[in-house]
Amino acid sequence: MKNESPVLTWFSFITLLLFSIACIMPFILLISASLTDQSSIIVDGYSFVPNVFSTSAYEFLMSRGSDIFRAYGISVFITVFGTVVGVAITLLIAYPLSRKVTPHRSLILFIVFFSILFNGGLVPTYLIYAQFLEMKNTIWALIIPGLLTNGYYIMLMRVFLQGSMEPALIESAELDGANEYRILWHIVIPLSTSVMATIGLFTAIMYWNDWTNGMVYITDPSLFSIQNLLQRIMQDVQFIVTNLDSSNAGSALQEMPSDTVKMAIAVIGSLPILLAYPFFQKYFIKGIMFGAVKG
Amino acid sequence: MNQVPLVSQPMALQKAKKKKNNYLKHSPLLIMMIPALLYLLINSYLPMFGIVIAFKDINFAKGILQSDWVGMANFEYLFKTSDAYIITRNTILYNLLFIVLGTILSFSAAIMLNEIKNKVLLRTFQAVITMPHLISWVIISYLVYAFLSPDTGFMNHTVMPMLGNEDGISWYTEAKHWPVILSLVDFWKTVGYGSIVYFAALLGINEEYYEAARIDGASRMKQIFNITIPLIAPVIIMLMLLRLGRIFYSDFGLFYQVPLNSGALFNATATIDTYVFNGLLGSGDMGMSAAAGVYQSIVGFILVITVNYFVRRKNKDSALF
Repeated sequence: MKNESPVLTWFSFITLLLFSIACIMPFILLISASLTDQSSIIVDGYSFVPNVFSTSAYEFLMSRGSDIFRAYGISVFITVFGTVVGVAITLLIAYPLSRKVTPHRSLILFIVFFSILFNGGLVPTYLIYAQFLEMKNTIWALIIPGLLTNGYYIMLMRVFLQGSMEPALIESAELDGANEYRILWHIVIPLSTSVMATIGLFTAIMYWNDWTNGMVYITDPSLFSIQNLLQRIMQDVQFIVTNLDSSNAGSALQEMPSDTVKMAIAVIGSLPILLAYPFFQKYFIKGIMFGAVKG
Repeated sequence: MNQVPLVSQPMALQKAKKKKNNYLKHSPLLIMMIPALLYLLINSYLPMFGIVIAFKDINFAKGILQSDWVGMANFEYLFKTSDAYIITRNTILYNLLFIVLGTILSFSAAIMLNEIKNKVLLRTFQAVITMPHLISWVIISYLVYAFLSPDTGFMNHTVMPMLGNEDGISWYTEAKHWPVILSLVDFWKTVGYGSIVYFAALLGINEEYYEAARIDGASRMKQIFNITIPLIAPVIIMLMLLRLGRIFYSDFGLFYQVPLNSGALFNATATIDTYVFNGLLGSGDMGMSAAAGVYQSIVGFILVITVNYFVRRKNKDSALF
């Protein structure tokens, strides 16, 4: 006899099914809205099935695609660059912190740890990057602030390395005359590929989704990431909706992306991550579990 | 304790030399850490000194260091307005709601996942319910807008007429609806993710407990209440406590992006984070914004330390430090 109750199993199944549908539904609405004819939207509003099917929103975007493609390019660049550098410097500090022989280990551990607990807040951080380092309107403003996100990943990787590396293995390598860099390259890195991949995945998602740095530090539209482009489009439409009365809004709205184009841009903005998700969802879920167990 | 006289002179020298050798030998380990430490210096430690600007009258013409000291004036202004009360209230109440209800929902979802024995089905559910966690707040604001847009939204065009309200609701200007909207959006984004965290904890329960209970004739429901919940309770309490320590911080994207930073919704959607941000980027006062930031950092820090103290007393392994 199996240890389960059919009633409970069915209840769980139906509840989870409904929850899953609720998770997907907004995307269906978004995609359907982007594939509806503009004049039909004005009459019927956004709906889950296009009343009058039309791809004109996408054709419009393709004809004026340069902003979108550039924003894509910037998003891809900051994601790849930021993730590679971020994971590298995380490993480079987490590994020495996992070794007992490292000089000043406890002091540095405290420095990392305190940065998780306390921070100066947004305004002083802004002044450091914008005024002191003059990073405003440079691509670095989209990369540097996110490199380590916070010290949490350092702690996570350190715990992993302490658990998976035998001190005897490193000692014997040292006896064989390997220096610290060789040990790092030939022993530590091969052993920590899984944790690096996990942290890399979460860092990459963070970079791809980040819009706050762009909003704070970037005013030059040619440096907008895809999130910032989306954010600006939404903001400008909202500005018109809330600040102009309807008699004036008509003329201004004609220059704005229309209702369907707006939804189409959001689809294009979320598409890469949604298409890639089936391939990395296994690691994503494993990563959440890893963080839950270790953290 | 003074041990030096117990060690003979050459041995002490030898020890010192060995220590120096050790230092040299392991100096590459120090060099490796330089990039990350440099980052922490720029991103975390220099801004800590920047806290002084909350005590200054910022004047960009004079520069930050040369700006006049105003003592606690920025804080006095901040706490004289109703803003300080509203942002503190919103930050804490939303967090409490999210922690309590969010935990219940996440844990319930985890228990249900645990009842799904079909591997393919289980993986599919896990993948779908964690997907919202993957989506940026900007995209989510579009998703919400598709429902709530006053002219073209699904709610005003389809749902409200069905409920007998032909005019619809001006969602982005009526504050009273937003506690419900923000909660729904928060749960939509976080419950699936949270359920995976609890599901990971459920996997750690020894199957033998359930087997023994089954032999004793306990139903599956009974097993959940008498085995699962008591065994997972410490994990739930720890995670709730840790979130309680961050009760002074809000999810900025949720409160800024989803309501489209609409000023009419200030009462229901402003939190400390959105207030600081708006102060920095225009619509607010920079000095008050910096003061609010310092207020958040310090109270937040005290809360984390306090909460950690209690967590540590209960269970040393779960404590942050």
